[in-house]
Amino acid sequence: MSAVADLKDLFTRNLRTSGIYIAFVAIVLLFTWLTDGMLLQPTNLTNLVLQFSYVLILALGMIIVIIAGHIDLSVGSVVALTGAVSAVVVIRHGAPWWVGILAALAVGLLVGAWHGFWVAYVGIPAFIVTLAGMLLFRGLTLRVLNNVSLSPFPREYQQVAGGFINGLLGGNGYDVFTLVIGAVAVVAFAYSQWRSRAARLAYKQPVESMGLFVAKIVAVAIVVMAFAWQLAHSRGLPIVLIILAVLILTYQVVTTRTVFGRHVYAIGGNLPAAQLSGVKVKKVNFWIFINMGLLSGVAGAVFSSRSNGAQPGAGNMFELDAIAACFIGGASTTGGVGRVTGAMVGGLVMAVMSNGMQLMGVPQSTQQIIKGLVLLVAVAFDIYNKRRAGAVR
Amino acid sequence: MSSTILEMQGITKNFPGVKVLKDVNLAVRSGEIHAICGENGAGKSTLMKVLSGVYPHGSYEGKILLDDREMRFSSIKDSEAEGVVIIHQELALVPHLSVAENIFLGNEVTSGGLIDWHKANAQAATLLERVGLHENPVTLVGHLGVGKQQLIEIAKALSKDVRLLILDEPTAALNDTDSEHLLDLLRQLRSQGITCIIISHKLGEIENIADSTTIIRDGIVVETIDMADPGSTQDRIIRGMVGRDLEHRFPERTPKIGAEVFRVENWTVHHPTQPRTVVENASFGVNAGEIVGIAGLMGAGRTELAMSIFGRSYGRDISGTAYLRGAPVPLRTVDEAIAAGLAYVSEDRKRYGLNLIQDIRTNVTASGLGRISKRGWINGNEEIEVAEGYRRSMNIKTPTVMQIVGNLSGGNQQKVVLSKWLHTAPEVLILDEPTRGIDVGAKYEIYTIINQLADAGKAVVVISSELPELLGICDRIYTLAYGRMTGQLPASDATQERLMELMTIEKTKEAVR
Repeated sequence: MSAVADLKDLFTRNLRTSGIYIAFVAIVLLFTWLTDGMLLQPTNLTNLVLQFSYVLILALGMIIVIIAGHIDLSVGSVVALTGAVSAVVVIRHGAPWWVGILAALAVGLLVGAWHGFWVAYVGIPAFIVTLAGMLLFRGLTLRVLNNVSLSPFPREYQQVAGGFINGLLGGNGYDVFTLVIGAVAVVAFAYSQWRSRAARLAYKQPVESMGLFVAKIVAVAIVVMAFAWQLAHSRGLPIVLIILAVLILTYQVVTTRTVFGRHVYAIGGNLPAAQLSGVKVKKVNFWIFINMGLLSGVAGAVFSSRSNGAQPGAGNMFELDAIAACFIGGASTTGGVGRVTGAMVGGLVMAVMSNGMQLMGVPQSTQQIIKGLVLLVAVAFDIYNKRRAGAVR
Repeated sequence: MSSTILEMQGITKNFPGVKVLKDVNLAVRSGEIHAICGENGAGKSTLMKVLSGVYPHGSYEGKILLDDREMRFSSIKDSEAEGVVIIHQELALVPHLSVAENIFLGNEVTSGGLIDWHKANAQAATLLERVGLHENPVTLVGHLGVGKQQLIEIAKALSKDVRLLILDEPTAALNDTDSEHLLDLLRQLRSQGITCIIISHKLGEIENIADSTTIIRDGIVVETIDMADPGSTQDRIIRGMVGRDLEHRFPERTPKIGAEVFRVENWTVHHPTQPRTVVENASFGVNAGEIVGIAGLMGAGRTELAMSIFGRSYGRDISGTAYLRGAPVPLRTVDEAIAAGLAYVSEDRKRYGLNLIQDIRTNVTASGLGRISKRGWINGNEEIEVAEGYRRSMNIKTPTVMQIVGNLSGGNQQKVVLSKWLHTAPEVLILDEPTRGIDVGAKYEIYTIINQLADAGKAVVVISSELPELLGICDRIYTLAYGRMTGQLPASDATQERLMELMTIEKTKEAVR
């Protein structure tokens, strides 16, 4: 197959999964143009990462919840609660910074167990359980904080989301360490792609042509290195970006390579069939919510660190951003379909749009209207694709 | 009487990988009862779905003429507007709604935009009178038996001013009395000028009631015969339906039967929501290398028996004991059942067997992920190798195991389900309607696979409503009627008539004996 035909085939056949990447590139270009290049300025890129990291962290848990055919409406409240508990422990009681982080994670786990119990073992739809959780944990946040904000955190705590690794290997205004990490990431990506391609070839599975394969890796390398370059001559490598990268990698592997991940897809794809295939549905559902709770705790810690305190209203509407990221990223509302990478790109689409519109000084009201429309169009596109795929049959 | 109400000309319909109907012509005279016969998978139901607009105009080739006018139905609504009403094999009634609500569902009796319940109930009562059902229109449908529900479906059709009524195996789930009542009703409707098309497997019934019979085989109309003709006997219909030696429909096999592998004793299962037993004191056993059949009519509790054994996937208050090689085994969860060496292939592969939006690879390994993973990590290469192995050995007709299962034909889907269960290395396989909705060629392949399993020393239980199938492949056949095991015959002694007799023994009759 020629490279062009191959590319065309890739786009048409995988429009559902590739559409989001095309849309993302288009949106980045659009806002770069609209903001006269401000979007891709080093300081702004750094800000973008810091500002939207917690939504991406939440989307990592949410995509698993959604693939299994559930939903979690409570994560915003849980972010607030975990941040609040951490603030009370650290600011009010003077505990060290890491105790605060552990407290946030522990509270997240407890919340996850609470949701998991009702969804998995009592059999209440997640929509109801987490709607209740949304009110319940917001109320608890107000209780914990006595309705007032707590701040500031000690310097170490602020480093979690606000810190950078800079100057570790020197460099003249351009942090070498950041560039090295970027290069390592590119090499690791290329190597893993090469290995999976070789394995597929060994089992005589269809693969994309060599030209396309190289083009894909070169494109990723350019984007990553350009991104690293911009970070390197701003403030260096944000710590939160490292946290995020580790989490994304972990969940990518969990969803694609583990028995747990496979069971999540099975439950969302066909629940009765999963049950009759020996999947321990209750247990898996329970762990899905435990995981969501833990990630909410992580997001709570990161968010409280970045905002340098805990507010009763923190995390408001985060659940919607996280859910929107998953659906824009190609997840199906009926479950069984979705990818970690898709959710991440979906989250970035939301992030670039928000950030771009903020740079342009678009009023809050317009921003919300546009975000709402984008979500609607993304899901409409998804349904259109499904119908088209059905018509082909 | 002799004018033609319906003509279907050159109907051809394809599903991916299978041509279900090939250039089918059908002519139905006005005011007659026209039977359509054919084996399962011959294309009868598909033809009726084309006629009633379930498959819209454009999804098939050919013409439909109703009273010499060409029809282009794009939905059931369109065909119903022309007085063509289909009653499906699986009844489409809402159990939580009343009789009257069901009759007028989608067709509500309104005055001023609101439903006029008095009028609706009164009209429903008249319709019930017409079908000879003495029930209050406000009774919930879920409280009535299958026979009565069938009559409600007919009342529903009558409410739509039906001219051409299509019944897809209306008596399959009914006992003799209810069947007789239904056939009387059809004769009555005929005298009122309503034309009926009836799909049925019960040849005696057809001989009894039909004016003409069209025989379909492998998607082709073999012939249409006038039942008034003295030559139109059951034998003639069978010859037309089968069209080849019965002996060659099933692969040869010499059974080598070993010791008993699996046995169930005094198995009782209660309905999950209603206070009644679905399976009562059932006992059966199966030996190594043996294929055992369970015959039963729809609603006899066949699937319920199998699913309740397989990790209590159905029902509540299940009692009884299962033995594996003589020792009792607890089969409390599906996981335990799989670990014990049981496999259950469901009768409804789309609902209970497959994840249609995933590829062959993930479906094949879904039940035996433990075999290709270590500490929760899936070995992706081994997984592909396993799936590829089954694709080749089962002859799943698709180039790659990355194919989405929803795109495969019924026969290939069934092979994926079988692969999935073979991958768990079971000792006992319970196959529930293993050839439902599969074309004849693929059926033969499935039978061959079943034979190979038995030859490999597995204990195989086949549940089927197709008696020729059970007679063709089983060594021993149990009969199930109203949740009770009513008999057991070696296949060599069994005939369709003998089995049917055992399958229709009612509780009360048995108590008298």
